[in-house]
Amino acid sequence: MDQDRPLTCKALVELVTDYIEGALPPADVARFETHLAGCPHCRVYLDQMRLCIQALGRVPGEPLPPEAIKALLAHFRDWTRG
Amino acid sequence: MARRPDSPEDERALIDALRRRDEAAFAELVRRYAGPMLRLAQMYARSAAVAEEVVQEAWLGAVQGLERFEARASFKTWLFRILVNRARTRAEREARTSPFSALGMDDQPGADEPAVPRERFRPASDPVAPFHWGAPPRSWGGSPEEELLSKETMGVVARAIAALPPAQRKVVTLRDVEGWTAEEVCNVLEISDTNQRVLLHRGRSSVRMALERHLDPN
Repeated sequence: MDQDRPLTCKALVELVTDYIEGALPPADVARFETHLAGCPHCRVYLDQMRLCIQALGRVPGEPLPPEAIKALLAHFRDWTRG
Repeated sequence: MARRPDSPEDERALIDALRRRDEAAFAELVRRYAGPMLRLAQMYARSAAVAEEVVQEAWLGAVQGLERFEARASFKTWLFRILVNRARTRAEREARTSPFSALGMDDQPGADEPAVPRERFRPASDPVAPFHWGAPPRSWGGSPEEELLSKETMGVVARAIAALPPAQRKVVTLRDVEGWTAEEVCNVLEISDTNQRVLLHRGRSSVRMALERHLDPN
């Protein structure tokens, strides 16, 4: 990243994941947060990415169908018999 | 002191019991992991039936190979690596016999798609603020959490995940839906940390766009 120029919004949106993941070098964190302090649109964007992660975390996972579990347990008995 | 049901100590006890061929321990591990295993297998397999077979093969491999599992390692990572190996082998075998194959591209980060379409930013030639927002995102309303967690919105998110390229879908599902750490995902999918983050970024960005289309259709 070019250290001297301020971040553009277009560049910031590509750094959002690295920022959230704590993978940005300290100098880039500073540039990121400087831009954020002066840019309400990018604050909304970052907020939406966080809401998005929260929403992803709420997607229900389906358990294995009961027949499949039954089949696995039956196989287990076969596997361990010999 | 009562143990947390899914604590590492508890898991070690389960693995020990499984070494003794204890069926209750096997059933408990199946309860914990078979759902996520099936979801991951489905991302490699052509059909639900094949995915279920892959899950079964992985459990067989785990039960039979348990003496090779080192007690200090993570059972989850070990188990899912067996699963991914089976799923890949199976997919490769099927690709050889099928004229329609998109294999090979699968674990690449994918095209250099921007997180947000270019046209939403001002052009380079803009005299005031080049590459700043032209069509900025708008806040998702007064009570975003409530609407975000509605059934309808969950459906939008689930469809957005399903529409992701396979490599992004795997990373987003394991990290954000299943709640795995980056390290676990890298170990199981055998990708670098950087690659993992690129895939996560592309995937999350697409899901955000789908949410935006749903919550702010204008």
